[in-house]
Amino acid sequence: MIDNIIQSETASTLTSEELQLINLELSHVPQKSGAAIDALKIVQAKRGWVSDECLIAIAKLLEMSAEELEGIATFYNLIFRRPVGDKVILFCDSVSCWLCGCENQKHKLSEILKIDYGETTKDNQFTLLPVPCLGACDKAPVMMVGDDLFTNLNSSKLEQIIAYYRKEGEK
Amino acid sequence: MPTIIVDGKSYEVSRGKNLLEACLDAGLDLPYFCWHPAMGSVGSCRQCALVQYRDDDDKHGRIVMGCMTPAADGTRVSLKVDEAKEFREAVVESLMLNHPHDCPVCSEGGECHLQDMTVMVGHRDRRYKGKKNTHRNQYLGPLINHEMNRCITCYRCERFYRDYAGGKDLAAQASRDRIYFGRHQDGILESEFSGNLVEVCPTGVFTDKPFLEDYSRKWDLQSSPSICSGCGVGCNISPGERYGRLKRIHNRYNQEINGYFICDRGRFGAGYVNGDKRTDYVGLKEPSGTFKALKRGEVSYHLTRWIGDGNIVGIGSPRASVESNYLLQKLVGPSNFSAGLSFKEQTILKRQVSILQTTKARNPSVKDIEMADAVLVLGEDLTNTAARIALAIRQATKNKAIAMAKEMGIEAWHDGAVKNLAQEERSPLFIATPASTKLDDIALATMTLAPEEIADFGLKLARHLTEGDSEDPQITEIATHLTTAERPLIISGPSLLNANIVESAAAVAEALVRSNQNTQLSFTSPESNSIGSILLSEDQNLTLQKIIEGINEIDVLIVLENDLSRRLSAFEMKQINASSAKIISIDILENETLEMSDMVLPAASFAETQGTLVNNEGRAQRFYSVFPPLNDRLPSWQWVIELARAIGNKELSAIESFDEIVELCAKNNNFQALLSVAPNKNFRDHGLKIPRQTHRNSGRTAITADVSVHELQQTPDNETPLAYSMEGLNRDQPSVLTPFVWSPGWNSNQSLQKFQAETDGPLKGGASGVKLIKSSGSGVSVACDPTFSFTLEKNFWRLVPIYSLHGSEEMSYHTKEISQLAGLPFIVLSDKDANNMKVSDGDGVVVTGENLKMSISVRVSSRMAEGCAGYSAGYNEIEQLTADAHVQISRDNDWQPLKPVVIATDRIASFKSQDSRHV
Amino acid sequence: MTEKVLTKNISKVNDTTPIDKYEASEGYLGLRKALKSMAPAECLSEVKNSKLRGRGGAGFPTGTKWSFVPKNEDCLPGHKYLICNADEMEPGTFKDRLLMEQDPHQLIEGMILSAYTIGADVAYIFIRGEYRLAIQRLNEAIKECYNSGYLGRNILGSAFSLEMYVHPSAGRYICGEETALINALEGKRANPRAKPPFPQVSGLWGRPTIVNNVETLCNIPHIIHKGAEWFKTLGVGEDSGTKLFGVSGRVKNPGCWELPMGTPIRQILENYADGMQTGLNFKGLLPGGGSTDFLIESHLDLPMDYNVIGAAGSRMGTGTMIVLDDQSCPVGMVLNLIRFFAQESCGFCTPCRDGLPWTRQVLEDLENGKGSEEDLETLAYQVKYIGTPGNTHCALAPGAMEPLQSAMKYFYEDFKDHVTLGRCPYEIDGVH
Ligand SMILES: Cc1cc2nc3c(=O)[nH]c(=O)nc-3n(C[C@H](O)[C@H](O)[C@H](O)COP(=O)(O)O)c2cc1C
Ligand code: SF4
Ligand code: FES
Repeated sequence: MIDNIIQSETASTLTSEELQLINLELSHVPQKSGAAIDALKIVQAKRGWVSDECLIAIAKLLEMSAEELEGIATFYNLIFRRPVGDKVILFCDSVSCWLCGCENQKHKLSEILKIDYGETTKDNQFTLLPVPCLGACDKAPVMMVGDDLFTNLNSSKLEQIIAYYRKEGEK
Repeated sequence: MPTIIVDGKSYEVSRGKNLLEACLDAGLDLPYFCWHPAMGSVGSCRQCALVQYRDDDDKHGRIVMGCMTPAADGTRVSLKVDEAKEFREAVVESLMLNHPHDCPVCSEGGECHLQDMTVMVGHRDRRYKGKKNTHRNQYLGPLINHEMNRCITCYRCERFYRDYAGGKDLAAQASRDRIYFGRHQDGILESEFSGNLVEVCPTGVFTDKPFLEDYSRKWDLQSSPSICSGCGVGCNISPGERYGRLKRIHNRYNQEINGYFICDRGRFGAGYVNGDKRTDYVGLKEPSGTFKALKRGEVSYHLTRWIGDGNIVGIGSPRASVESNYLLQKLVGPSNFSAGLSFKEQTILKRQVSILQTTKARNPSVKDIEMADAVLVLGEDLTNTAARIALAIRQATKNKAIAMAKEMGIEAWHDGAVKNLAQEERSPLFIATPASTKLDDIALATMTLAPEEIADFGLKLARHLTEGDSEDPQITEIATHLTTAERPLIISGPSLLNANIVESAAAVAEALVRSNQNTQLSFTSPESNSIGSILLSEDQNLTLQKIIEGINEIDVLIVLENDLSRRLSAFEMKQINASSAKIISIDILENETLEMSDMVLPAASFAETQGTLVNNEGRAQRFYSVFPPLNDRLPSWQWVIELARAIGNKELSAIESFDEIVELCAKNNNFQALLSVAPNKNFRDHGLKIPRQTHRNSGRTAITADVSVHELQQTPDNETPLAYSMEGLNRDQPSVLTPFVWSPGWNSNQSLQKFQAETDGPLKGGASGVKLIKSSGSGVSVACDPTFSFTLEKNFWRLVPIYSLHGSEEMSYHTKEISQLAGLPFIVLSDKDANNMKVSDGDGVVVTGENLKMSISVRVSSRMAEGCAGYSAGYNEIEQLTADAHVQISRDNDWQPLKPVVIATDRIASFKSQDSRHV
Repeated sequence: MTEKVLTKNISKVNDTTPIDKYEASEGYLGLRKALKSMAPAECLSEVKNSKLRGRGGAGFPTGTKWSFVPKNEDCLPGHKYLICNADEMEPGTFKDRLLMEQDPHQLIEGMILSAYTIGADVAYIFIRGEYRLAIQRLNEAIKECYNSGYLGRNILGSAFSLEMYVHPSAGRYICGEETALINALEGKRANPRAKPPFPQVSGLWGRPTIVNNVETLCNIPHIIHKGAEWFKTLGVGEDSGTKLFGVSGRVKNPGCWELPMGTPIRQILENYADGMQTGLNFKGLLPGGGSTDFLIESHLDLPMDYNVIGAAGSRMGTGTMIVLDDQSCPVGMVLNLIRFFAQESCGFCTPCRDGLPWTRQVLEDLENGKGSEEDLETLAYQVKYIGTPGNTHCALAPGAMEPLQSAMKYFYEDFKDHVTLGRCPYEIDGVH
């Protein structure tokens, strides 16, 4: 039947910087949907997560349906479809870290932050997520806070790290 | 042919098959889920495992998936070896970990592929002790029910909906054991083919929602071999009935036409059969204008009183069977019989038939259409005028991918590999229409043109094909694609009511066929028997308009299954109404024509009688009743016989059975083949009739009831080889008599493969349907009538019909779910026109023309021919909008969205009070 | 001390090697040599002769893989692709990170040479998204290369052109599987594809595509520069070249070292990882990441060669070992791995999607003291059902079953103890 031209909200939902970056990705894929993952990452980079509005806007831009893009977004571990804190903590729970006692460190960290996996601190500063092996097994246990990798974790190190970011966050 | 060895036994198999197909073809029961004969293999469920051996000496072998392994010559496999059996059982055990085990309350129960396979692999006791995953279900609209917890993640739904049918709003989400098949948010599924999910899903995730409201188990349904009356394609269907209610419709495989899939109009559009608009009793109009119901016994008296030997004229119908039309024509005489089509419709369809009778090009079946490798569509929005053909064209665009794969040695059934290889490569499809179509997404190019421009375009293309004279890059590009294709297809039809478009399609095909004998030319036809009507009245030209002109000379006008208001203007209807002619209407549903009739005869619907319909390619097909007509309804042809008796027509009065009508009709030149459409009523399979009920039916029959009076007798069916009972054999009869599929161990529709000669192949019972149109091959001389060409006129818009699968068809519109989906009538404007008018989507406009002023909602489209305005064709409220009319359109500043407000027209004003349901 | 080939620019300080420093240490000489004097076919035979085997896990001979790429005249016109698999999500694997962070140009040169050999004109580095530093350094290095004429049109004045992109993954272990990786690069859900057709024939966007591991590609410049014969002399066993070996777990000095192929396991454990931490004894190890079978004490003198480790019932895998000590619970360790694999299953095929969570549930019951004898049978059943190659659509599930099946072989008593004691016997120590 007739195509319902819904007033395109793409322009207003995505920033011009985001659009520019997505267009750059589009320039080297043979079909628009090929840039789906990149587009999701671009949008997530600044906002921390991908909201429904953004998802729909990206889908429209890439001439995909929301369903198709949702299928992709929900497949990948590092695309967040729920809001996250300013810093996402990726805590490695894989085998080498497990052998080196990461479970105890995780408890410690949960104690400090008062959150469990999948949760965000009340002040919205941290979200704690488990992550598969971070490829730093010789320095287990390890975790990432934002872009930074921390190795050979122990209780006092965890205290220091969180204290550091809390201070950063206040600035 | 390759030979494979299964458990030590050799089997010959067809070339190019995989092991699963080969095993099924050999009659072996190998379980499967994700494979589908029409969609190929992806190897996700791992159910079809068997053990393959390298050679005689290999005693261990290894597990392979049947559906992913070519059945190459000499392949050795075992189905029975423990390793394979254990593995298949393990697969079911893990599929059942999260399954709710809710068979007793699941509407799939009793025809569930998962149940069948569970039994087949012998899985019984589960060992899993953990919790089950659960999902939230979605509202998917009025047609499909969603119950995700039953999902076994075979991916069939997504593969059908997205990959096969081109729907975008259903996809796999999340991953691992959390995969979810659904929409982004709750909402109505957009695809016109969503109903096939019901049959494609091997368990009860997607089920038929209207059926759930009025549910029966499959084994309790009485079924019949039937033909869909939703449009002119003639898909084969298997309706199911219980307690005198038509419960649901399933696809009935016909390799040449619908294969495994039908559209949602076909599946869900027959609810009107149970509706409260049905005519039940003979009605006689009282002087007060109301109808009085006559008792059965009184009818013939009144009929005789009414029909003297005056001038009787009959109007037939493109939605009534060949037999009913034929009898009426016979009763009133050919010169007093009108096929019942509008003038334009009749002219165009007649021309279509005459083109098909002479063209050098091939007149393809739907299956042939699927094989086309370049397609040009002229003027048709196929998804809404011939939906099943649109689905076939979608498959045709994949032929390039299949060809590329073949070159790489990849078999067509290797679905994932074919897709990955070809990516976005498609066979070329070109669409010239006044408005967007649902095939635009796969078209290489679309052309947005007014109807005359389409014809013009086609003619230019045809001339370029013969003379090579065009400089237009688009024409040369299309010409190149069409001439380099192996099986080009030109498809057109009457939906824009423009005869020149049909001519131009013929011109293109004729030009192509000179260099390529495989050129195909196809026309759609609007109603289930449009072509039958044309073939019947080929030499006569009594038009509806002529009847109206001479209406005062007519004593009795018999109208057969035809609501004339859909074809005539309000003014013309008034003329008939005001005349002295007595009107006798035979019809299924109340409609405007019945309202103005003097006598109303209640007709059996397609579900309550048998008859023959001729589809768009000229293929005659027989449909059979699912249940005997209720109340005082009779098949239309029986009413005509009653009328014949009333008139004293000896020949017709003597007719005692349906078969006799067929025999009579076959004397007509065009219908000689009618006798071979189906066996006569005396056909028996191993001495038995064919049962409409499964042998597990909970009903009771008594085998001796025919010779005993101690038990109730099943309703006898004296007209056909089918029985309204569970006794008999549903096995070796011709396909045309197969009411449903079932086989031991295969309770689901997958049992179809037991009825096929080979997977995805023809039915064992042979092809059904007989082509009545054969081309002389003398060629078509194109006769274009350049009466008027299209010019943009300031402030005037040309009306062009826009069709919707849900809403444009007369009968299905009276089904609750369909009218809900149809929504309100609308006008489509190009975005430029809308811009100038300052209206946007959902606003209202006032349409003004001769005798016409109405307010209506607007849809804005970037692909709508400028200067043309589309209107929702067939919607009851806007019957006064007609193709080609010139109207003025302006913004309606008082528009209140969501309500079609009729301001004033002659007809509507007089009507409104009775017809309040539409307002 | 062995010759350092892959890690000669790598130091304890986590610095990158900028282009000038890389060039100063014989960098891009291999590329110059090839573009100047070697036809692609010659490069191919050099790599074939070198007997280099893939370092991504499966150990497939690299030259042989490359030779399956159809020549231009044998396929439709269009692009060919080279993809560097830098997904490195295999538990216990930490070698590619090192190569990319500290010597990005070595990888890039390897990729340019590989692309030249197979005729690819576009190359991708598919890298896991968490490797932020590596992503940054690779991007900088690629920029340097474009500026110096090593990438782009007409590289070093030759007819060969190559574009290179870094593609950070959105995260999923299955993306390391080469065909799933290709789907991810196409912006799709990363379900693996059925093989055949192999990517060499129909890969990214349907075009011929080669996927190689980071470490595999890093070997190429040296093979081209110094020759296959030299390369073969590097190994001390039957395989050629050097390899990055790593050890993690509770050893004294966990880490990653470049050593000759064929270095005995014990030597790596004792000489480089300095043995077990005080108070702990060696119980077993996974020789090459989380999806390889356990080896035990009796295997320690085996050389790390593909076929030898294979014959011992395991796989070389990525060559980064995970050591199990006698105070960590083998059932717990396997549970940790199965949890990972069940979580990372793409969900395409039944045995993996539904079977692994079932295995996880049984192991959880065991670990929590709720296990029964029957559960042990169920585990054995699952190992066969999920772990037999060919039963599943891709190699993830069979890989997932390797630690479990070998743990049940070597540490069956531990499994039984969980049942008879009704709790995890290692709990008392409060280790975990
Ligand atoms: C589940 C799974 C995950 C994999 N992950 C990786 C990986 O992270 N990195 C890698 O190089 N190869 C990985 N592989 C192997 C690749 O599929 C492929 O064999 C390899 O990249 C080929 O490179 P090579 O020939 O240079 O070893 C994985 C395989 C599977 C089945
Ligand atoms: S084995 Fe697992 S990861 Fe591989 S295709 Fe099957 S479900 Fe996906
Ligand atoms: S039918 Fe063969 S794997 Fe599903």
